[in-house]
Amino acid sequence: MRHGRPATGNDPGECVVEFKGVSLRYAYRGKSTHALDGVDLAVRRGEFVAVVGPSGCGKTTLLKLISGLLLPAQGEVVVGGGPVRGPLKVVGMAFQNPTLLPWRTTLGNVLLPLEIVEPHRTRYRRDRCSYVEAAQQLLHSVRLEGFADRHPWQLSGGMQQRASLCRALVHEPEILLLDEPFGALDAFTREELWLVLQDLWLARRCTVILVTHDLREAIFLADTVYVMSKRPGRIVSQTEVGFSRPRTLEGCFTPEFLEMFRAIRKQIGDVRDAMGKEDV
Amino acid sequence: MISRGKLYACVLPAFAVVALFLMWELVVLLFKLPRYILPAPTAVWASLVKWHAAIWFHAVQTLYTTLVGFGVAVAFGLVLGWLVGYSALVYKALYPLLIGFNSIPKVAIVPVLVIWFGIGTVPAVLTAFLISFFPIVVNVATGLATLEPELQDVLRSLGAGRFQIFRKVGLPRTLPYFFASLKVAVTLAFVGSVISETVASNRGVGYLMIAASSRFDVPLVFAGLLVIAGLGVLLYIAFGVLEARLTSWAYRR
Repeated sequence: MRHGRPATGNDPGECVVEFKGVSLRYAYRGKSTHALDGVDLAVRRGEFVAVVGPSGCGKTTLLKLISGLLLPAQGEVVVGGGPVRGPLKVVGMAFQNPTLLPWRTTLGNVLLPLEIVEPHRTRYRRDRCSYVEAAQQLLHSVRLEGFADRHPWQLSGGMQQRASLCRALVHEPEILLLDEPFGALDAFTREELWLVLQDLWLARRCTVILVTHDLREAIFLADTVYVMSKRPGRIVSQTEVGFSRPRTLEGCFTPEFLEMFRAIRKQIGDVRDAMGKEDV
Repeated sequence: MISRGKLYACVLPAFAVVALFLMWELVVLLFKLPRYILPAPTAVWASLVKWHAAIWFHAVQTLYTTLVGFGVAVAFGLVLGWLVGYSALVYKALYPLLIGFNSIPKVAIVPVLVIWFGIGTVPAVLTAFLISFFPIVVNVATGLATLEPELQDVLRSLGAGRFQIFRKVGLPRTLPYFFASLKVAVTLAFVGSVISETVASNRGVGYLMIAASSRFDVPLVFAGLLVIAGLGVLLYIAFGVLEARLTSWAYRR
């Protein structure tokens, strides 16, 4: 699973994901919820983007729009040059819950996308050995090599989430979508997985869109941090994080990091205040 | 080395059975019950030994009709359960019908079956089928209908179609429900075939018991009951083992 992404034709400034004035309402039992309102967003190829915002601000909706699980009511979501009309095979997604299939082993779960996504699906039976080896390597890279034959309930929460990351990456998607993948983990496990994710990304350099409510996580991992407002979700600020990589956990305590943390935090606070006044 | 829990799991049921028979024997002895009211277990056992050839013949017939009817119920129940669980439309369309059908006492259907197929094996098989398919349908449909949307999203985000989602998630997810229903259904199938045999057959344990009771051979009636109970337990255990083998993930073993 060496990842030499084909260099030809990939100009680094090229946008792989683009939101053009996207709005969406949910209707549920006659009540309509305005989830997103006029979101504009552009993600470059190979960029690591983090979207932070209060819970219920439409962050997950954002990811579902990219993955094609939802379609916008207004505006357009463009992925890889074309508008999204349904699920895309260039996308890998990891959810807040590990959502591993309980009847499959860790390895079986990681192999799942290969049984569905073309061209792997047709090759799967013939090339099973090489696929299994690739999945084992992936498990090795997140230090789960000894747990390939275990079932999900035999793994800790952090291990399950690592397996879920592997599953999202095994079919070598160009875009990795992460929906608060570490939200349910304790602080230490979470920081450990930041490093795991950073290593995976540095090795592959795929485009990552991480949705989180943890601002420190966003700054630690991302190239660009977007802040979303409360519902209806809007992008209210964009901050470039220029720190060199690989970043370390100690780096979270440098004055530069803390200064950026404070600045973005203040923006979120301002948004909340402004929204609060509007409500009154 | 057998663990303590496993040892208890084997010993305790045997202990309960022995205790029941002991109490039964004591009650009969104490109250001096005549054998045409309640025969003692020893008398039942004697009858079982005396008539073992006839009992064997009829038990094989009952086992045969039960298993054939049950087999049909499994195939039919699985397919219908998947259909009902897969499509909300089929669910809405068929559920009242299924409930209504299940409410009909199957003993009331046997005379109709006799008019259609005559007495003997066919009505017994059909009654076993009719009585045992319902729990399979309900369980399989429930397993499918309660599929976690999160698991479906995992597959949908990969571009899987409805049938693929069914095959990769729905089908394995229903297996524990399916096997749980098999254990119930197989014992119900016995009820069905024995009911039919008592009403309309000249073979099978049901017939044997009716014939024995008309001769006031109550020990033989009880011998028949014990045989049915024993067969039911055996099949229940067999499907329990199968279930544990195939869906160990659901029990985290």
